[in-house]
Amino acid sequence: MCLAIPGKIKSIEMQYDGRVRMAKVLFGGITKEASLEMLPDADIDDYVLVHVGVAISKVDEEEAQKTFKYLEEIGELGDLTDVDEYLPKSN
Amino acid sequence: MKYMSEYRDPRMAKKYLEEIKNTVSRPWSIMEVCGGQTHSLVKNGIIEMLPDTVTMIHGPGCPVCVTPLNLIDKAVYLASEKGVILCSFGDMLRVPGSQKSLLEAKAEGADVRILYSPLEAVKIAEDNPDKEVVFFAVGFETTAPANALSVVHAHRRNVKNYSILASHVLVPPAIKAVIDDEESKIDGFLAAGHVCTIMGNTEYHPISAEYKVPIVVTGFEPLDVLQGILMVIRQLEQSKSEVENQYARIVREEGNPDAQKVIDEVFKVRNQMWRGIGEIPESGYAVREKYADFDATKKYNVTIEEAPENPDCISGQIMKGIKKPFECSQFGKKCKPTNPLGAPMVSSEGACAAYYHFSGMVEA
Amino acid sequence: MSENKKLRMQLQCPMPKLDFDVITLGHGSGGVLTNTLLDSGVFDLLSNDILDERHDGAFLELEGMTAFSTDSFLVSPIFFPGGNIGELAVNGTVNDLAMCGATPKYLSLSFIIEEGLPVKEFWEILVSIKFACEKAGVKVVTGDTKVVEKGKGDKIFVNTSGVGPIHKKANISSKNIKVGDKIIISGNIASHGMAIMSVREGLEFESEIQSDTTNLNRTVLSLIEQFGSDIHLLTDPTRGGVATVLTEIAQSSEVGIDIFQKDFPIDEQVASACELLGLDPLYVANEGLFIAFVSESEAHSVLETLQQDKNGQNAKIIGRVVTEHPKQVIIESAIGGKRVISMLPGEQLPRIC
Repeated sequence: MCLAIPGKIKSIEMQYDGRVRMAKVLFGGITKEASLEMLPDADIDDYVLVHVGVAISKVDEEEAQKTFKYLEEIGELGDLTDVDEYLPKSN
Repeated sequence: MKYMSEYRDPRMAKKYLEEIKNTVSRPWSIMEVCGGQTHSLVKNGIIEMLPDTVTMIHGPGCPVCVTPLNLIDKAVYLASEKGVILCSFGDMLRVPGSQKSLLEAKAEGADVRILYSPLEAVKIAEDNPDKEVVFFAVGFETTAPANALSVVHAHRRNVKNYSILASHVLVPPAIKAVIDDEESKIDGFLAAGHVCTIMGNTEYHPISAEYKVPIVVTGFEPLDVLQGILMVIRQLEQSKSEVENQYARIVREEGNPDAQKVIDEVFKVRNQMWRGIGEIPESGYAVREKYADFDATKKYNVTIEEAPENPDCISGQIMKGIKKPFECSQFGKKCKPTNPLGAPMVSSEGACAAYYHFSGMVEA
Repeated sequence: MSENKKLRMQLQCPMPKLDFDVITLGHGSGGVLTNTLLDSGVFDLLSNDILDERHDGAFLELEGMTAFSTDSFLVSPIFFPGGNIGELAVNGTVNDLAMCGATPKYLSLSFIIEEGLPVKEFWEILVSIKFACEKAGVKVVTGDTKVVEKGKGDKIFVNTSGVGPIHKKANISSKNIKVGDKIIISGNIASHGMAIMSVREGLEFESEIQSDTTNLNRTVLSLIEQFGSDIHLLTDPTRGGVATVLTEIAQSSEVGIDIFQKDFPIDEQVASACELLGLDPLYVANEGLFIAFVSESEAHSVLETLQQDKNGQNAKIIGRVVTEHPKQVIIESAIGGKRVISMLPGEQLPRIC
């Protein structure tokens, strides 16, 4: 359940008589509108998770890298010389 | 796509699988609660890549599958007999009611529309002031804020011809129901990452403590699911039973308070019927009295009796992980995705449908 | 097709002045109104020596083994990014003939129009058909027009049937598939289906995705000219996508098919759109795309040749024919796991689960 994908906020505007904060979110080249009513602190260039037209969380960049460091942390990543190659590239 | 593609890296996936193999010392059964996680396990072929000692049990995490039959019948009735514009997520269209599915109703001329977001349904209501619009609001806690928001929007914009037919199901009571069944043998859980994005992790601490099971809040990409499985296994091997957060890039311990507020504004908790399982106390949402005008069950006084389930269907045992789909006498014979006899065969996230596709059974 | 190209097409073929704005039942009844519509439009635009005879049927001279194909087009919306139902109808049958190893020569063209269709839209579709025919080198030689009551159609349905001589070097048959054959796809998948989704009410999103509809006959026939019977089978993965067509082929054969997720070429925006709507690109419709089963020895040469063609620049080898798991298509996922590809019970629908 709960298909939600991460996208980057391109622009924000107030709609419906200035009451609803809506964002244009960029998902790998395509753009779709999403409501920011659940994320009052979200801003342009933030990555947010969008589910059925509503942004429900901001992506934490630092936490995002931990999946790639976890094995090393628990002491098992012996022969992986460069963990950085797995980390999300900033683009 | 950033924050998605990286979590599909094959080399890292291999490392996780190796580490799982090296950590496991005895058989463990892990339930992934969410249908989206089931989908990921099946689609990526992860199940067969796990060591034989790790058994994944597919939980009742498919709100489409567990929507009571009579609610589908209500939706079909409203579309076919009452001439409403029935808007719905795509998942629900193919689910057969006791007579027909929404897709079949559409084929017979009913105005049934697939939408990406319930907020679009409010727009449709505004654009069609002389027609009634009903949104089939199905889902877990993840989808509840959006469905609730649509009611708030309609209320604010004074849209009188909009209402929702709500069928929300809540995860923590379902997990308790699964564990409580004395026949179920589940050692650990992957909690539904997007549900926790909304609700946070706090509800899982007492469950973990009382039943002594590790619960890892897990995402949906292959690396998420593999890391979640590893984290559960590490706890099991160390006889721990804690709540951990694998999906911390998205899930905060407290969840999303603004989303919780909107849910609370529009919905109240109530007992809910789960198709295939039965009634689970305090496991669903009903629209509050304050928003009765937007509650399709009140607006259209339709009473449809719950149709009896097919007696051959053992969905309750499947969804609690007590039996596997291929242990059902009808699996692949009378019961297939084109003719589902019960809940778990209905959508591709249901345990039986997932197994069916995975095994590549050929349609006769 | 670019907006500029569309504009040029319309300027070259301006709509004649008519005293009606919409198509009515009268236009399909065979009388004066019908003739007005056809005379001012269809026959002029598509004029050729065979069509100009305006007989009940077309007189054709055909030699040798001939391929014959038919297809009906019901796409909604009828205008979508990258094209419209008109060129889809021409390219669809042209490509079906190409999949038989034939040179498309003559088409029939039938319309079932829903009363109320604006003439302007009908004209635009006709202009597209004219240019699509010219591009593919085919002639419309016979046809039919009917009009149905409002509510009994969906704006316009189009049927095209086509004939053409089969290339002497072509030997296309599913019986020719051999273990070891490589499976080549000619370009990016899922573009057409997602172009349609991008303008479908309730699901729309902003993108630059265009339908990939185009005629493939020259591309395919030059491959056959060069590689002849090393090309064992050709097929175009239209409705139901690549997964459906490969499953059909496997199920009616005694061999198995292995395909690899990582090898499927797909445009980034198309992939993102699939993620947004929860669609598997392998089941999404394509138009200007074909799949070739090629002998193992010639596969790389075929691929290189195809990649030089404008319709094959993104071509890739995506799989192979194997002895294992007969009648099944097995896909290796991006992370290396395997699963069986099965047919969907119906059209793939967007999901939230």
